[in-house]
Amino acid sequence: MKPAPFEYHRAYTPKEVTELLLELGEDAKILAGGQSLVPMMNFRLARPTALVDINPVSGLDYIRRDGDVLRVGALTRHRSVELSTEPDVHNGFSVLPGAARWIGHFPIRSRGTVGGSIAHADPTAEWCLLARLYDAEIVVLGEHGTRTVPSDEWFTGFLTTAALPGELVLETRFRRPRRHGTLLEYARRRGDFAIAAVAVAFDITDNRCHDVSMVLGGVANEPLRVPEAEAYLEGAEPGERAWAEAARLAAEAVTPGTGPDDGDHGYRRHLVGTLARRALAEAQAGPAGPRPRGGAS
Amino acid sequence: MTEQIGRRVPRKEDRRLLAGHARFGADVQFPRMAHVRVVRSPVAHGTVSRIATEAARAQPGVIDVVTAEDLPADLRIPVRLHVEGTDPGERLQPVLASHTVRYVGEPLAVVAAEDAYLAEDAAELVELEIDELPARLDAGSGDDEVVADFGLGYGDVESAFAGAAHVARLEFSVQRHSGVPLEPRALTVDYVPATGGVEIFGATKVPGFNRRVLAQLLDVDESVIHLHAVDAGGGFGVRGEFYPEDFLVPWLARRLRRPVSWVEDRAEHLVAVNHSRQQRHRLEVAAAGDGTILGLRDDVWHDNGAYVRTHGVIVPELTLSMLPGPYRVPAYSGRVRVALTNKTPCGTYRAPGRFEGTAAREQLLDLVAAELGMDRVELRRRNLLTPGELPHTRAMHTLGTELVLDSGDYPRLLDRALDTVDELGWRELVARGRAQGRLLGLGLSLFLEKSGLGPHDTADVEITSTGRVRVHSGGTSLGQGIETVLAQIVADEFGVSVDRVDVVNGDTTLQPFGTGSWASRSTVVAGSAVRGAGRAVALRVRELGAEVLEAAPEDVELADGVVRVRGAATARALDLAEVWLAAQPGSPWLRDGEPAGLSARHRFAVDRMTYPYGAHVCVVEVDPGSGGVTVLRYLVAYEVGRAVNPALVEGQLRGGVAQGVGGALLEEFRYDESGQPQCTTFMDYLMPTASEVPAVEIVLCEDAPATTNPLGARGAGEGGLTGAGAAVASAVSDAIGRPAMTGLPLDPGSVLAALGTVTGPAAASADGIP
Ligand SMILES: Cc1cc2nc3c(=O)[nH]c(=O)nc-3n(C[C@H](O)[C@H](O)[C@H](O)COP(=O)(O)OP(=O)(O)OC[C@H]3O[C@@H](n4cnc5c(N)ncnc54)[C@H](O)[C@@H]3O)c2cc1C
Repeated sequence: MKPAPFEYHRAYTPKEVTELLLELGEDAKILAGGQSLVPMMNFRLARPTALVDINPVSGLDYIRRDGDVLRVGALTRHRSVELSTEPDVHNGFSVLPGAARWIGHFPIRSRGTVGGSIAHADPTAEWCLLARLYDAEIVVLGEHGTRTVPSDEWFTGFLTTAALPGELVLETRFRRPRRHGTLLEYARRRGDFAIAAVAVAFDITDNRCHDVSMVLGGVANEPLRVPEAEAYLEGAEPGERAWAEAARLAAEAVTPGTGPDDGDHGYRRHLVGTLARRALAEAQAGPAGPRPRGGAS
Repeated sequence: MTEQIGRRVPRKEDRRLLAGHARFGADVQFPRMAHVRVVRSPVAHGTVSRIATEAARAQPGVIDVVTAEDLPADLRIPVRLHVEGTDPGERLQPVLASHTVRYVGEPLAVVAAEDAYLAEDAAELVELEIDELPARLDAGSGDDEVVADFGLGYGDVESAFAGAAHVARLEFSVQRHSGVPLEPRALTVDYVPATGGVEIFGATKVPGFNRRVLAQLLDVDESVIHLHAVDAGGGFGVRGEFYPEDFLVPWLARRLRRPVSWVEDRAEHLVAVNHSRQQRHRLEVAAAGDGTILGLRDDVWHDNGAYVRTHGVIVPELTLSMLPGPYRVPAYSGRVRVALTNKTPCGTYRAPGRFEGTAAREQLLDLVAAELGMDRVELRRRNLLTPGELPHTRAMHTLGTELVLDSGDYPRLLDRALDTVDELGWRELVARGRAQGRLLGLGLSLFLEKSGLGPHDTADVEITSTGRVRVHSGGTSLGQGIETVLAQIVADEFGVSVDRVDVVNGDTTLQPFGTGSWASRSTVVAGSAVRGAGRAVALRVRELGAEVLEAAPEDVELADGVVRVRGAATARALDLAEVWLAAQPGSPWLRDGEPAGLSARHRFAVDRMTYPYGAHVCVVEVDPGSGGVTVLRYLVAYEVGRAVNPALVEGQLRGGVAQGVGGALLEEFRYDESGQPQCTTFMDYLMPTASEVPAVEIVLCEDAPATTNPLGARGAGEGGLTGAGAAVASAVSDAIGRPAMTGLPLDPGSVLAALGTVTGPAAASADGIP
């Protein structure tokens, strides 16, 4: 459990990061919070020849509201989002602080970064689910300047993204704020990566659901939107009947071959049904404030 | 000074542990130390055609690369605990595999380098050519290599079943899991050029036995091998047995003539240390219509992994011998087949054999109660042995001792457990939850334990220059608090506080005759030895003190660490330092030929074990939406005979429950179809955390002092674990309205399957989601 040999570099500006990456070649990697990369290096599953530590880069640790867009800098720690009490965050994006509480354990949340999670693209990672839930855009800096990638194009497979070699994630822009939303997940122990997770967001006007998004985690190689459930809920009357039907549609989206572990897709399907129904009911009950953690129960 | 035995004395070892002054194996470092990395088999079964070490050797910083060819021929690790009539033959584990590898993780070569990083880099360059063979992964599959097949029992089982009003049958399996100490193994070995011997830091559990084995394998005199006492971050049965590394590291130190260090990493640990627990039971109980047990049968398949290690086949033997538990079972017959598979070899894990057997038997009793329409508690009460029936001899042997259940009051313990459950309102808690539509269940298990295995242990006690009491015991410190307990026992012989006592455990030079810490034996056996040695020294202190005080020995007393003439408050008194001085060579008080110093060695021998017993009760909630099980409440009632330190007994029980909940719900070493281990990190091998382990209520009973030792103590190391799988299974079956579960772990998939919600990978539909 000792990493293979590697070089270590420190960068102080975003530009320096991309220059260093260009110079060091494809086998160099960015080091952010290190909470995914370092364990993989210790197991020698990742063998970067060089690391570019971006922690000294200033100006990438922020949560900012611009109208309907919530901009989160790449070096923002999970813990900062979790502790946020900003009305700018809670109005319309209240799912974020609540979801942060599901990420690993305290030390992991204190070091791990939102940008690192988006770049790592684990299909159960909370930020990846929320990026899809809020139709986020990912802003990256490369050799030729910045570009913006919509989240439905960003996640391209298991732990893979549309980022080009040498690109640095600068920011994630969450869009389409909604009043109701929540993320629920189940793992056998607190703090573990979820076996399955469900995130929902919607508005309710005149006792009808509008602008509904639903994303599943842990059931496919990337976070999975459920257009069937979203379409069904659009205009539906909020309540147990609608939630049960939407949960059924969500569970149906879990098909053999979509999951990382086909063997138990029957179980995941059952679990997704449970979580979807509970998430919709919980979201209806109100904007999720700081909430005690408690598994699917 | 008030008596120290029975007090909640804070742990002596905590001062150094909490201040960071403890010394673990890897803390011992020497100049010029070489670092070792073990090259392990990447396949479950295969023929080794070539091991090429040139590339690894050529790496800068590499000192040596060793394969089986470099070792003396056919070195195998012997069995420590023999079961009569069994013979592991060819299936003892070699130190390094040569022609055949039999499990993923089996040592094939060793690299020594200037630092641990270089060693790991070079280990990757050792080229292995292995022709894979089919891997055998299940015991009892029809194609088995059975290394032992034996039975235990007594009475006329055939007629018991023939005449029974009712027979209940249960198949029950327990998954492969094991003890996972937070500190992985570590060994630092220094070479002593003058003697050709070695100084070893990092051994635990059974240093005396390990020294003997190492001396035989190295072909040296035992006296040139010195195993030092170190701290250990948990033992649980797995740590401290003689493993391949326990030969390889000292052997390399002698070969290289320099100090060598090896620190196991977690991924290695999870494939290298003894696994345990994997058994499949087919049980049958014959009962009268009123629930009276007439006979019991069990047919067990025990998956022992690839080799027979130091424990031989003692674990399944313990399963069989302890299966009847605290009940009146007139006729019993158990059979076990110990099968070898291409997985990590097995050994003991805290409550070995009993965790498995107790879970199987107690679920069988729940089942027969359900089938007879009887209350689970009532059925047990009817069959518990009564105090009048004890001592109770079962015509069987276990661990080489006759199985005689000593004193006890099993029904009273059950009453005390249930009275506490009533006081705590757990039945109402379950009823209230159920009224809200939640799936709550109450579980109960009763168990019999064994402890205080002899045949002997030896201790030395000595008074030192400032009047401190020093103990060299044969136990070992694994984090269990044995230093404190032994200090309490010896302190009372001198009337001093434990602060005046120093205990050194597990140093083979200071205590060459130690038998180690395992099998819940140290308080009972090492404790009795320490007491005997302390008593002998106290006698000498009084005699010599009397001499100095010019009084008759029977007129002086030793209290509060001071010798004085009895009844004469103003008379001159001698403290222990003064008596020590009087015992120094040249002292006028020493007679001709009388040895100097104040010390004594005592050997305590006992040929039978003492049998503690207890009950576990818990409340669980099952979430039908996820299949998740949450343990809400937990209680252990335990008969300890006499608690030398109640706080430490409670700590032992609580720690056991944590591991038991892990074993019941979470922990499992899984393998894929080719024999690749799937649980080699803490992401996959799920240890319970503080979030999963409930608070534990303890009913500590001292109603039945043991009769086999002068302290009256029964061991307490394992009872927190023994009944846990059984109690959690009982609670889950109660919650979901099934008579019994069919195995552990109670993971979400199997809970939902038992509920009938998800029946197979493809069968589930989202309809009927609760
Ligand atoms: C025990 C444990 C439990 C965990 N549980 C969870 C969980 O429940 N949910 C969850 O979401 N996560 C979990 N994590 C992972 C954690 O959230 C990580 O922090 C996160 O996935 C990665 O962020 P990081 O800053 O640590 O990235 P790093 O580990 O430093 O990097 C991860 C990858 O992203 C790349 N990268 C990092 N930053 C950038 C950037 N700005 N631009 C481009 N590439 C970049 C790196 O090169 C690397 O390939 C867990 C981790 C552990 C150890």
